[in-house]
Amino acid sequence: MELRKQEERNISPDIPDEWFVPKVQNQSEAEAVVRPSLSYWKDSWYRLLKNKLAMAGMAFLILLAIFAIFGPIISPHSVETQKLTSQNLPPSSEYWFGTDDLGRDVFTRTAYGARISLFVGLVAALIDFIIGVVYGGIAGYKGGKTDNLMMRFVEILYGLPYLLVVILVMVVIGPGLTTIILALSITGWVGMARIVRGQVLQIKNYEFVLASKTFGTKTGRIIRKNLLPNTMGPIIVQMTLTIPSAIFAEAFLSFIGLGIQAPHASWGVMANDGLSTILSGYWWRLFFPTLFISLTMFAFNVLGDGLQDALDPKLRR
Amino acid sequence: MNTYFIKRFIAMIITLWLIITGTFFLMHSVPGSPFNEERTTNEAIQKNLEAYYHLDEPLIVQYGNYLSALLHLDLGPSIKKSSQTVNEMLGRGFPVSFELGFYTLILAVLSGMTLGIIAALRHNGVVDYLSMSIAVLGISIPNFVMATFLIEQLAVNFPIFPVATWSSPKHMVLPILALATGPMAIIARLTRSSMLEVLTQDYIRTAKAKGLSPVKIVFKHALRNALLPVVTVLGSLAASILTGTFVIEKIFAIPGMGKYFVDSINNRDFPVIMGTTIFYSAILILMLFLVDLAYGVLDPRIKLHKKEAK
Repeated sequence: MELRKQEERNISPDIPDEWFVPKVQNQSEAEAVVRPSLSYWKDSWYRLLKNKLAMAGMAFLILLAIFAIFGPIISPHSVETQKLTSQNLPPSSEYWFGTDDLGRDVFTRTAYGARISLFVGLVAALIDFIIGVVYGGIAGYKGGKTDNLMMRFVEILYGLPYLLVVILVMVVIGPGLTTIILALSITGWVGMARIVRGQVLQIKNYEFVLASKTFGTKTGRIIRKNLLPNTMGPIIVQMTLTIPSAIFAEAFLSFIGLGIQAPHASWGVMANDGLSTILSGYWWRLFFPTLFISLTMFAFNVLGDGLQDALDPKLRR
Repeated sequence: MNTYFIKRFIAMIITLWLIITGTFFLMHSVPGSPFNEERTTNEAIQKNLEAYYHLDEPLIVQYGNYLSALLHLDLGPSIKKSSQTVNEMLGRGFPVSFELGFYTLILAVLSGMTLGIIAALRHNGVVDYLSMSIAVLGISIPNFVMATFLIEQLAVNFPIFPVATWSSPKHMVLPILALATGPMAIIARLTRSSMLEVLTQDYIRTAKAKGLSPVKIVFKHALRNALLPVVTVLGSLAASILTGTFVIEKIFAIPGMGKYFVDSINNRDFPVIMGTTIFYSAILILMLFLVDLAYGVLDPRIKLHKKEAK
């Protein structure tokens, strides 16, 4: 017994027992926070930073925005100038992406197409956001009969085939950039409204909302200050996924001849023009616009996926 | 089940009616008569033409006539291609489009599910990353881009498949492939995520503990439950395949309904636009309805006649 105790205490024969002093527990020290606390947004941001694919997508989109803004400016050629002496030239130091059948510079037109695509995507997403948040917010917050009625309407719109509606509207009001955005927004906001409504239904029963109500806060302020910030995650994800579908819709419409009209350039228009030359070997006319459509959609999709993982780690796998 | 069925059915009819009404008034709000062309026609002929197409009557009467004709499944005559009715055009185009859409859906579902299951079983492995990269690519590449790419590679550079028309199985390969990539990618991603969720469930562990073979576990226990989310998107997938047929039929010169539709848009042939839109919408709404019903049948936990559990 005595021997065992001796052994236990003498952990190392070189270190005398006197060196072992019990640590003085200090209450305030023990409770001090070692790591700086991270807000939800910071935490999500760090998680997004670790997602290489999503960051690559974001980097591409930033480059694309720079290309869209400065491309037409740094290019020595204009979008619409036709130069019949230089038709269908392959890419060279003079024409970086080659020229088309009317001698227009493909590089400038691609950059101009980037402007149109990004503009359509962002504006459509913004309109969807505004209508969807207001509509879904009211339906979810009011609940009951109002919600029932509002959601009936949404259900009917949801049952409509998106592109078919867009095509119909385009037929009626005629092609053009504003009509595309208008047509996309007519049914586009429905998805957002559904998401916001679901989130608001869930959150409005939490205690902090109740507390806010007891203080007599007005409904509008509760929606703006309590509910919306807490639904921002899914809303942002939905927006990043709306943008590529709007970009796709614009390219699709332009491709079937209902979208942007000549002489303006859009990736869909260029792809459609390029398609007819596929047999003559002018590959650059088809390659550049289609490459940019695909890369842009890819970038938005991976960024959307990354944001979803970052903002809602519970869903992560 | 019955009350739900009836409720859903009525909602379906209302949606369809709204589409018909919306389409009708949208089409008739376009300024100008369809006969105002460069070639000026005789006033009398103009009058006769308008009388023939009942365009001289008040709008509400035309609407009534259109609705009652619709009840007899008559979509009216084409304006630009005289002597043809919309019904005839649909009758010619629909079987082709149906074939294209049907094969596409089958290919998309089978390949998408296979990819998704393999990815889920090899979670975070090389195969998983590879198939999910393919899936994101598939979602990102628009179908008309895919179509042009396939033509360039498999018809022009390496002439394995013919470029256009719809006459033999060999002609069908490229259009179906081009149309199927997007839906396939969506199905693959959905199958993977729902498989991953199902595979962590207790009953799967029980099945493993019982010593069931992995094949049996996957197909009999996991897959059946994992399929539910996939079934729910089938309706919207059918919609995207359907709109996809517009461009695919245009690119590959397939004489389907989509080609008539795009042609009628470019010709401003309003009865045809209207007829095809209504026909498309009817198919889609029916699809959504069937998917809803199938969902209830597949998953007995979802009671279709739910009594508002509150």
